[in-house]
Amino acid sequence: MIHALAVILICQLAGETLVRLLGLPAPGPVLGMALIFALMLASPRVAALVRPVAEAILRHLSLLFVPAGVGVVGHLSLLGSDALALGVALVVSTVLALAAGVLGFVAVARLTGAGDEPRND
Amino acid sequence: MTEFVEIWSYLAETPLLWLAATLLAYLAGDTLAARLGRAPLANPVLVAVVILAVLLWLTGTSYETYFDGAQFVHFLLGPATVALAVPLWVHRRAARRALLPVLAGLVAGSVVAVLSALAIGHAMGLSPALLATLAPKSTTAPVALGIAQTLGGSPTLAAVLVIVTGIIGAIIVTPLMNAMRIRDWRARGLAVGVAAHGIGTARALQVHPRAGAFAAIGMALNAVLTALLAPWALGLFG
Repeated sequence: MIHALAVILICQLAGETLVRLLGLPAPGPVLGMALIFALMLASPRVAALVRPVAEAILRHLSLLFVPAGVGVVGHLSLLGSDALALGVALVVSTVLALAAGVLGFVAVARLTGAGDEPRND
Repeated sequence: MTEFVEIWSYLAETPLLWLAATLLAYLAGDTLAARLGRAPLANPVLVAVVILAVLLWLTGTSYETYFDGAQFVHFLLGPATVALAVPLWVHRRAARRALLPVLAGLVAGSVVAVLSALAIGHAMGLSPALLATLAPKSTTAPVALGIAQTLGGSPTLAAVLVIVTGIIGAIIVTPLMNAMRIRDWRARGLAVGVAAHGIGTARALQVHPRAGAFAAIGMALNAVLTALLAPWALGLFG
């Protein structure tokens, strides 16, 4: 488990470093995700090592957003008189974005014949 | 009574109390969600946040004191983002086969998220600074903060809008997709990752493993696309 955590943290560290060195428009952990993905593709041993620990962390991914969410409550007053406009913009645009994303995917999947696999993997 | 006050004042000074409270509030939210058959409105993040906000208010505890304990949980967001490579790796063949649909869903979802939020905000009379803060709300928090700051918005408020967007997306996605009769887990996952970043991805992982993998792809790609798209979109409403 410590080995797997070390690999994960090193990839995050490398991601943070590269983002700052190269001024990339992505957060360090997202680049770290790309790095560890490349490592897992290159080495089945790394993949087997990291997989159980990563799955354990991700089982409760929601928990990790709770501290930031509590911080939001204290800042809701920042919205002030614009709260209604911001609320409407967030709800409507999220519905529209979800619909656009899913329709874009399904339409091109149909065009290219990249249908969903019937089995559950 | 004085003993209780002494114990309380000791515990209130250590990270232990609010770290434990964060885990317990989340477990309460997660148990409630499981009891209600993962009903969308019983979102574990939302329930835990409400419980903790009430507790902080009742005990007169500042967010700084709370965060001294909760930071250990908050820190894991980075490693968890790295860990999202694993569902992606497990479903790598499905992901490679769906490369074009993924790109189409990404561009459609990302463009509509930014443009529709700006159009509605503009029509309802938001200031240019608020529009700059609103533009990156669908992307993951560290990226959104940076974009908002670059465009002349408020990073703190951007973080608030990102979290609220995530919770809205996680709550709406299941009823919306069911109403649209979308049964393709890849499409459902990708859409929620693009529109509602990590909180949407957390929901997708709970609903179906393949949806979770595609949500992780959507979140990661949209972090980059929003950074490129937001300045251009804001220019349209400037």
